[in-house]
Amino acid sequence: MSKLTALTLKAALDGLKARDFSAVEITQAHVEAVEAARTLNAFVLETPEKAIEMAKASDARIAAGTAGPLEGAPLGIKDLFCTQGVRATAASKILGEFKPNYESTVTSHLWRDGAVMLGKLNMDEFAMGSSNETSAFGPVVNPWKARGGNQSLTPGGSSGGSAAAVAADLCLGATATDTGGSIRQPAAFTGTVGIKPTYGRCSRWGVVAFASSLDQAGPIAKTVEDAAILLTSMSGHDAKDSTSLDEPVPDFASFVGKSIKGLRVGVPKEYRVDGMPAEIEKLWADGVEWLKAAGCEIVEVSLPHTKYALPAYYIVAPAEASSNLARYDGMRYGLRVPGANLTQTYEQTRAQGFGAEVKRRILIGTYVLSAGYYDAYYLKAQRVRRRIADDFDQAWRTCDVLLTPTAPSAAFALGERMADPVAMYLNDVFTVTTNLAGLPSISIPAGLDAQGLPLGLQLIGRALDEGTVFSVAGAIEDAAGFRSKAERWW
Amino acid sequence: MAIDAETVRKVARLARIAEPEERLAPLAQELDAIMQWIEQLQEVDTDGVEPMTSVVARALPLRDDVVVDGGDPARVLANAPRTTDGFFIVPKVVE
Repeated sequence: MSKLTALTLKAALDGLKARDFSAVEITQAHVEAVEAARTLNAFVLETPEKAIEMAKASDARIAAGTAGPLEGAPLGIKDLFCTQGVRATAASKILGEFKPNYESTVTSHLWRDGAVMLGKLNMDEFAMGSSNETSAFGPVVNPWKARGGNQSLTPGGSSGGSAAAVAADLCLGATATDTGGSIRQPAAFTGTVGIKPTYGRCSRWGVVAFASSLDQAGPIAKTVEDAAILLTSMSGHDAKDSTSLDEPVPDFASFVGKSIKGLRVGVPKEYRVDGMPAEIEKLWADGVEWLKAAGCEIVEVSLPHTKYALPAYYIVAPAEASSNLARYDGMRYGLRVPGANLTQTYEQTRAQGFGAEVKRRILIGTYVLSAGYYDAYYLKAQRVRRRIADDFDQAWRTCDVLLTPTAPSAAFALGERMADPVAMYLNDVFTVTTNLAGLPSISIPAGLDAQGLPLGLQLIGRALDEGTVFSVAGAIEDAAGFRSKAERWW
Repeated sequence: MAIDAETVRKVARLARIAEPEERLAPLAQELDAIMQWIEQLQEVDTDGVEPMTSVVARALPLRDDVVVDGGDPARVLANAPRTTDGFFIVPKVVE
C-alpha cells in the first residue's frame, strides 16, 4: 500500500477514476504515513477518523458517477485555515483550542471538489517566520538531510509543515499561504513546487490574517501540474473578501506542457546579491539555458528598487499585523490570563499568548504607526512599495515572465539563524517583491547543491497571468528532470 | 539610539503586551537594529509618489445593506473563555 503515497496528485486522481484503488485505500495509506512520520512534526493535528469518513463519501460519489475534480485526494491543511469543528491555532498559544464554527472559502472549495482532509499542518506562529522555528508546537524537521550529515535542517517557513508533508509523501498536496515568501521558500528548501497566485485569486476569508494587503493562499505540491490542479480548485471570486478578484478561473493545468517558444524571459540583474552561493548562480544560469533551448528569448531587465523591498515589507507587514492581531484580547475566544483589571488582563493574555517573534513584529508595527512616525515610516514604505510595483510594470514592456532564484541559500540547520532577526528576514529577499506588487510567482525544484540539498528557481508573471507562469514552470521541470526525493530516515 | 527602553515601554503599553522590566533594554536593542536596517528606505526618492495601499486597483465593492448572518448566540459563544446565559463574561470595564 505504501506506493500509493508515492503517487503524484494527478496519477492518484487518474487511479481513483479508473478504480485501480479506492479513496479509502489511498487515504488509509496516507494516514499511516502521517503516523509513521511524527518525528518530522509536520502535523499539529491529525484527523484520521474525519479523513476516512470523507474518503468513504468520496468512494460513494465515485460509484454514483458524481465525483468532483479532486475526488478522494488526501490533502494537508496549513493550520492558518479555519476548518469547521476542527481546531485551528495559527501555531499560536493565544488561540488555545479554538474550534472555528465556519470553513475558510479556500478549504470549502477543496471539499466541494471532493478532497479529503488528513489534518492540520505546522507553521511559523501567525505565519511570521522563515524557518518554522517560531511555532508554538516546535519546529518542523526537513525530510532532507545534507549528504553524509545528520543535522536537523529547517524546511523553511512559514509553510514548513505543508512543504515537509508534501516532500515526505505524507499527503498528495497541501494548502499554504505566502505573505513574503512563505509558500515559495519552503518549497525551494524541500524539493517541492509552490505557487503564490496573483493577489485576490484565492479568497482570504477564513484564513487567519497576518498582513492583509500581502497575504495570499496557494498550494504546495509534488509537480507543477499538481500545483495547477490544486490552484484551480482553491481560486475563485468570493463576496466575503472585498479584495477577492471577480475574474474567471482558467483550468491552470491546461497551461502545463504548452509550448513556450517565442516567450521573452527577463533576468533581473539586481537579483545577483553579494554572498550568493556559486551553486545558485550556476542553477540560475542553467535555467536560462533550458529556457533558451525551449525557444525563449532571454532579456536582461532591471528592477532597481529590489533591495528596498525587504525593509519596506518590514514596515508594511508589521503595521498591518499589529492592527490585525489586536483582536486577540482574551475576551471572545482563545487564551485568557486574568489580571488585576481589564488592561492587565489584556496585557498578560497577550504577553503569554504570543511568542517572541510575533511580539517583536507587533511592537515594530505599533511603533511605526504611532503618532509622529506614521509619515516617516508607514507612508514612506507605501511609496517605496509603489516604486517596486512600477519596476515590474516597466519590466513587462520587454519581457513576459521573470526568472530568478527562489532563495539565497539551501535549507540551513535548525537553530542556526534564530539569534539575528535581520539575517532571518534576508531569506525572503527574492520572494518578497512579488507580495508587495501582488504578482503570481512559483518555485520549482531545479537541482541539488553539493551537499545534496534541493534548490529552487522562481518564475514571476504578470498579474492574472498564472497561465504563462505554469507553462514556463512546466518547461523548467522537464528540463531540470528533478526526480530526487529525501532519503527516508524518519 | 532611536529606540530606547522607555520607547519600548510606551509601545508595549500601546500594544497591550506586558513586557517585564528586564526585557525592555534587550528589546530596545533588537528593535533598534531592525529599525536601523529599515532606515535605508530614506535613500529612495519618493517625491510625488502616491502611497500604495492595495495592489488591487479597483473600487471597493459594495453589497446591499441587509442582514445575511446572525441570530446564533451559541455559535458565537462556543469558543469563549467564560460565558453565562448567552453573554460573554469579561473583567469589569467601568469602575
